[in-house]
Amino acid sequence: MANLNDFAKARTAQIALRVRPMGVWLRRGRLETLIELLIRLSGVSTIVIVGLIFLFLLREGLPAFLDIPLRQLFGSRWYPIEGFYGIWPLLVGSLVVTAGAIVIAVPLGLTTAVYLGEIAPVWQREILKPLIEVLAGIPSIVLGFLGWVALAPIIQSLGAPTGLTALTGSLILAYMALPTIISISEDALYAVPKEYRDGALAIGATQWQTIWRVVLPAARSGLAMAVMLGIGRAIGETMAVMMVTGNAAFIPDLGLDLPLHPVRTMTATIAAEMGEVAQGSLHYNVLFGIGIVLFVVTFAINLVAGRLVGSVVRRRGGQL
Amino acid sequence: MAQGRPIDNNRAIKIDVRDFSFYYGDFQALDSLTLSIREHEITALIGPSGCGKSTFLRALNRMNDTIPGARATGDVLLDGQNIYDPHVDVTELRQRVGMVFQRPNPFPQSIYDNVAFGPRVLGLARNSDLDDIVRQSLESAGLWDEVKHRLRSPALALNPGQQQRLCIARAIAVKPDVILMDEPCSALDPVATLRIEDLMRELAQDYTIVIVTHNMQQAARVSDRTGFFWLGKLIEFDETERLFSTPREALTEAYITGRRG
Ligand SMILES: Nc1ncnc2c1ncn2[C@@H]1O[C@H](COP(=O)(O)OP(=O)(O)OP(=O)(O)O)[C@@H](O)[C@H]1O
Ligand SMILES: [Mg+2]
Repeated sequence: MANLNDFAKARTAQIALRVRPMGVWLRRGRLETLIELLIRLSGVSTIVIVGLIFLFLLREGLPAFLDIPLRQLFGSRWYPIEGFYGIWPLLVGSLVVTAGAIVIAVPLGLTTAVYLGEIAPVWQREILKPLIEVLAGIPSIVLGFLGWVALAPIIQSLGAPTGLTALTGSLILAYMALPTIISISEDALYAVPKEYRDGALAIGATQWQTIWRVVLPAARSGLAMAVMLGIGRAIGETMAVMMVTGNAAFIPDLGLDLPLHPVRTMTATIAAEMGEVAQGSLHYNVLFGIGIVLFVVTFAINLVAGRLVGSVVRRRGGQL
Repeated sequence: MAQGRPIDNNRAIKIDVRDFSFYYGDFQALDSLTLSIREHEITALIGPSGCGKSTFLRALNRMNDTIPGARATGDVLLDGQNIYDPHVDVTELRQRVGMVFQRPNPFPQSIYDNVAFGPRVLGLARNSDLDDIVRQSLESAGLWDEVKHRLRSPALALNPGQQQRLCIARAIAVKPDVILMDEPCSALDPVATLRIEDLMRELAQDYTIVIVTHNMQQAARVSDRTGFFWLGKLIEFDETERLFSTPREALTEAYITGRRG
């Protein structure tokens, strides 16, 4: 009898337990729907905003492609006052400056990351890492200023007709991309398990062989990501570049000394001229047209890079 | 014990450890060890967690070198030569004294590249020779039949037991004299464990093996001699059969009986 009583009590307790949480579930259910809604809303709004930006860009920029013959639009003369809207020099300017920045920043950034992550003793790492974060925090305008005052004279003394050149821009951009490349690469190296290094060293590999043949390949996709994000930072940069590239909108002869000539980038052109044009004028449309070109180029680079990273990941059996 | 293999006391001494101590900074992890590891034998090291088994094992191919503040005193003679002599080339030492780790750690590369790694970095072989070495090593590790049709597929797709045998193949691809194994079966299931134990018996014909294990039965099954570590000291070192049947030290007895439950 006592047993049965106990059983009944336990049973009641069980039921009570089951009922109470149900009330909580109900309330939590409503809260959850609300949270879900908010999350969905913010997600959707991001997409909508991107879409609107793109539509706006198209609306303002498309007339440029319709009103000006394509041959002229991609011609080599940019002289809006006289009605020449050839954006080719600007495109070349952007590409030269960005490519130069990549050529400088990628090797420098990767080797720095390898040094920091694999070779440097702890005390050096502790000094260098915060310094790199400081570098990341320098506003681009300050870097531009530095380029103008300190870097340009050095470039000029190298024999260039002026210190404000594509190379100056590349160097400044490289320094802007470096902190991103270094810190993300270092994370990627850090994520490589110590066991891999031990395994290589225990066979008799030198530290360098271990880094080159095991650690770097294992960190490949992370390193690719670091480079992409670094480049992403460089491509869109405007102010610093505008200050130090000389802004000459003509293509010098395509030669090896191209980086030592002044150039003007797409971003700098938009920033410099947008304030002066009448809204709705052809010049205004062309500036937006440049924006479209920039958009397409950036998009294409992201797409290609994404493919690259994706294929690397797939080739390695889904292992990041 | 050791599955009926008679102990041969005339075997040459491969590694002679004399009065060896090891420190992590101020902490003394090993206290004046003296023991001899004989050629073509399997030497097992047992003892409670943190007693210094791994430290000792890693001291035998100087894998502790990279740890800041680590310091060794005393001698470790490999074929009569002190491996802590400043003139010793560490990479050459590690080629001669290979290592297999607790968790299988194949590189995230193909099966072939894993085995070929050592011969490549040490410049031992190229192309067709390399193919032979890879094949022989995989055969010796008892893995060839399972992977011969997919040498180019990722090593990480193998199961843990296969991965560990791949690591053994990787270690023997550089033709070492000694193979150190730090709890090589602790991440494996019983079937895979038995395979590795069989493999160790076979490998002992060509190599000298030192294995750390937490598993008393494993030490008893597989080894010729066993050393019992306790708080950084080598309490007892003897033929496996004798150490497990009639330990001389009370500590040893308490540990092995406690461990057997
Ligand atoms: N890198 C290190 N720095 C400082 N102390 C260490 C280091 N590695 C190990 N130790 C210490 O040295 C002692 C011996 O460690 P070791 O790893 O050799 O023990 P072990 O017998 O292998 O233990 P386990 O059975 O758990 O693997 C422990 O007290 C440990 O805390
Ligand atoms: Mg251990």
